[in-house]
Amino acid sequence: MKRFILLFALFVASTAAFASSAGEAAVAADPVAEKRLQALSKELRCLVCQNETLADSNAELAVDLRREIRGMIHEGRSDAQIVEFLVARYGDFVLYRPPVQANTLLLWGGPLVLFVIGLIALVRYLRRRNDAIVAAERPLSTEESRRATELLKETDPK
Amino acid sequence: MNRYYWILGAFAALVVLLAVGLNLNPREVPSPLVGKPAPDFKLAVLGQPGQTLSPADMKGKVWLLNVWASWCVSCRQEHPVLVELARQQIVPVIGLNYKEVRGDGEIDMRRIPAEQEVPLASRRAEAWLNDHGNPYTLTAMDIDGRVGIDYGVYGVPETYVIDKTGVIRLKHTGPISPDVLSGKILPLVGELSK
Repeated sequence: MKRFILLFALFVASTAAFASSAGEAAVAADPVAEKRLQALSKELRCLVCQNETLADSNAELAVDLRREIRGMIHEGRSDAQIVEFLVARYGDFVLYRPPVQANTLLLWGGPLVLFVIGLIALVRYLRRRNDAIVAAERPLSTEESRRATELLKETDPK
Repeated sequence: MNRYYWILGAFAALVVLLAVGLNLNPREVPSPLVGKPAPDFKLAVLGQPGQTLSPADMKGKVWLLNVWASWCVSCRQEHPVLVELARQQIVPVIGLNYKEVRGDGEIDMRRIPAEQEVPLASRRAEAWLNDHGNPYTLTAMDIDGRVGIDYGVYGVPETYVIDKTGVIRLKHTGPISPDVLSGKILPLVGELSK
């Protein structure tokens, strides 16, 4: 009996889940509009889950916003206008690709700055190492070789 | 030796960066609506058939717009603060009831005929206000959540401070604590009311 109840509960849960996605699919009759919606909502952040795109999220707000975007596509609005609609309400935060502007300069320019700093450090290190190698390989001057033989003679225990 | 200081310095900088970053609240999304005119709407008023409310009706007053719903758990947390604020009559609080019926995860919308949603929403909202106290001068009913989208609502409760000219001056996401009220909202209301 217990097993039967469990099975029944699972069945009810699965049909409920299926029905809610079917509800959304029914609105999505137009495949071209649906493609645009998919592409657009992949670039947009769901405000509720924050780490999910509007395309992936099952949050209620995401469902509402997809409905809203669908409506705007049917009205013939451009992608830029739709994105603007969302940014005007939720801010740049909805964009996964933040725009280049004063407060995002560090974000966009930071990696380049770090790369340049790294490059300068690398070049300086290589130069210094090169100088050391060149200095080590330089043949001894006559004065130096005279001193060297003298020193070797001194330490010779013979 | 010099090199170790360098590494230690870099490590300390990283710790500071992480400490600041981890203490930021990622839920607090700055609203682009602050400093802009409150989006227009025209919604039915709860308990007053035939009457509608729009932001233009509040011109000349500083007011709060509080987004709530009976299914919203955090709204219960802030509700006593709002009731107390209303009792003191410092600033009118307008309620925006957000998706009273369809926002409730417990309700199966397929079982509710379309024409039933509005009366059901009114009954639920009124019952909740009777139970918990009604701090609202008026409550506008945003049945389908479209006005909520215009206001950038993404987590109920949310509260907006709107000035005499109808411009949004502050948005607070999440429940209003006594600290938020006395430290953030009331000083701003006082300043705007001058």
